[in-house]
Amino acid sequence: MEAVLPVLDSAVRLSVPLILAALAGLFSERSGIFDIGLEGKMLIAAFAAGAVAGVTASAWLGLAAAVVASVAFALVHGYASITQRGNQIVSGVAINFLASGLTAFLGQAWFSQGGRTPPVPAGGRFAEIELPGAEALRGVPLVGPVYAELISGHNLLVYLAVLAVPLSAWILYRTRFGLRLRAVGENPAAVDTAGISVAWLRYRAVMIAGIFCGFAGAYLAIAQSAGFIRDMTAGKGFIALAALIFAKWRPWPVLGACFLFGLLDAISIRLQGARLPIVGEVPVQAIQALPYLLTVVLLAGFIGRAVPPRAGGVPYVKEH
Amino acid sequence: MRMTWVAAVAALAFAGAAHAADIKPAVVYDLGGKFDKSFNEAAFQGAERFAKDTGITYRDFEVQNDSQREQALRNFARRGFDPIVAIGFSQAQAIEKVATEFPDIRFAIIDMVVDKPNVRSIVFKEEEGSYLVGMLAAMASKTGTIGFVGGMDIPLIRKFACGYVQGAKSVKPDITVLQNMTGTTGAAWTDPVKGGELARSQFDRGADVVYHAAGGTGIGVLQAAADADKLGIGVDSNQNALHPGHVLTSMLKRVDNAVYTAFEDAQNGSWSNGVQVLGLAEEGVGWALDENNDKLVTDEMKDKVEAATSKIISGDIKVHDYMADNTCPTS
Repeated sequence: MEAVLPVLDSAVRLSVPLILAALAGLFSERSGIFDIGLEGKMLIAAFAAGAVAGVTASAWLGLAAAVVASVAFALVHGYASITQRGNQIVSGVAINFLASGLTAFLGQAWFSQGGRTPPVPAGGRFAEIELPGAEALRGVPLVGPVYAELISGHNLLVYLAVLAVPLSAWILYRTRFGLRLRAVGENPAAVDTAGISVAWLRYRAVMIAGIFCGFAGAYLAIAQSAGFIRDMTAGKGFIALAALIFAKWRPWPVLGACFLFGLLDAISIRLQGARLPIVGEVPVQAIQALPYLLTVVLLAGFIGRAVPPRAGGVPYVKEH
Repeated sequence: MRMTWVAAVAALAFAGAAHAADIKPAVVYDLGGKFDKSFNEAAFQGAERFAKDTGITYRDFEVQNDSQREQALRNFARRGFDPIVAIGFSQAQAIEKVATEFPDIRFAIIDMVVDKPNVRSIVFKEEEGSYLVGMLAAMASKTGTIGFVGGMDIPLIRKFACGYVQGAKSVKPDITVLQNMTGTTGAAWTDPVKGGELARSQFDRGADVVYHAAGGTGIGVLQAAADADKLGIGVDSNQNALHPGHVLTSMLKRVDNAVYTAFEDAQNGSWSNGVQVLGLAEEGVGWALDENNDKLVTDEMKDKVEAATSKIISGDIKVHDYMADNTCPTS
């Protein structure tokens, strides 16, 4: 139990940016807009959060800046792929390149610290929250430690990310907006026939994706660490995309897939240098390849066919 | 007052002499950038100090990706810059190529040996500096477990780890040293989130002092140590001021001195090519003590480390170099 809890705790922390980014992809792709640019949006958001929180020492202003920056990038992607009917993959890749270059350039120009933002002071970060009764319950066997260590003691964004999953499920499956959003990703012509604007629906989906990526970026820069460092997303946007496919574009499985990836990452950290029975000490390289290997194996054999939304990637052209 | 006069006269005389042998020095930094609060920044400080002392200006370049190294070096060489100092082991191939193309220009590379007649290769005995901070870590630890977080898994970083372990075991033979590497690609130098997570995993397993040799990733390690109210140890530059009271010390790698000396030697005409190894004896490595950590380092700790320092210099203590045979005697 004592060995397992810290690993699970670490898995929670590592899976949060994946959950937020995968939910972003969920809304965008369910509306028929493929989003390769999750990584780029997270990166620009992390930069905005780090820069604003570093200067103002306010976590909330940092979060707001992250959301604004990320939504702005999302709108660029939306304009290219909805209004201009461009190739959505190309636009997404462009977003990634733009974010990587722009953050390094602006960071260098504004702060001259090699593309890094100044260290964020204490008030500029989302602090860990001790849930009520965590200390009192700690003595209770099983439930106590789980509540005190695993559930309590995370920062606000962690709880928001977990709450975002039922919220997304409710929006997608229980509201009129959600029904239309799913419809526009499957058969935009039918939605159009019903007199609903395809473009406006998709723009809203893309903006929601921007908001989620904004939260993910802020989490990286001002909750998990204290400042932005060049290319700090380190491929998390692509892992989130893999998790989304893994989850077959459904909200609850997204939570499961992201937690699984986070758990693999956490385990790989603990296994490094540890001696396992029979095999002995496992080389660093083998451990670090483990999440990717498992992804390939699971995707190939266990989850069956992942069918993307039918109108995904296809720009909608109104018939005359 | 008199001292100022002497200095001023000396400076004047120096400036007059310098005129005859004016040089056009240049620096090419590695990927971290010149304000990385670490390795590259040390080189920048050395170059700045030289510029301030002599009034000779220098040019520098920060590479943004691997393909720019060669271009930058060649560009400087073509425009007659001499000497050209390249920072970081990743520049070795580029230096080798460009040094062959411009045999009359003097090059220097830090952290790597390039066997060319016009190249000065400067390497450090990181194991000696790491040995000292390993001693400090072991003495400061209350739990009997300390940690190490490396950046990219390469022999150079294992060398840091190996020196650290040897130092720690010399003080407390039964101490446990947890070791983690961040990754196996260049991204391992810029992943503070992973660095913080690695440090936290070591704290969970009982470590209370963690030493990093991980560039930008290490910022996350030191942050995690400060957040958890534990101790971190910085590397390359003096990182004590990043989290005062939570950075036990920093292993100094005097890249600044190496750059300064290279420029100075070129100017005085005392430039030498070949390999230069800088250890404790040459003041190429060391540990940092300033107002940010003087409460963490007791007099007893200081005395022990100073005793070990003189023993290493005299040769009574031999610190094993991991890169000599790619093994470490203890772990």
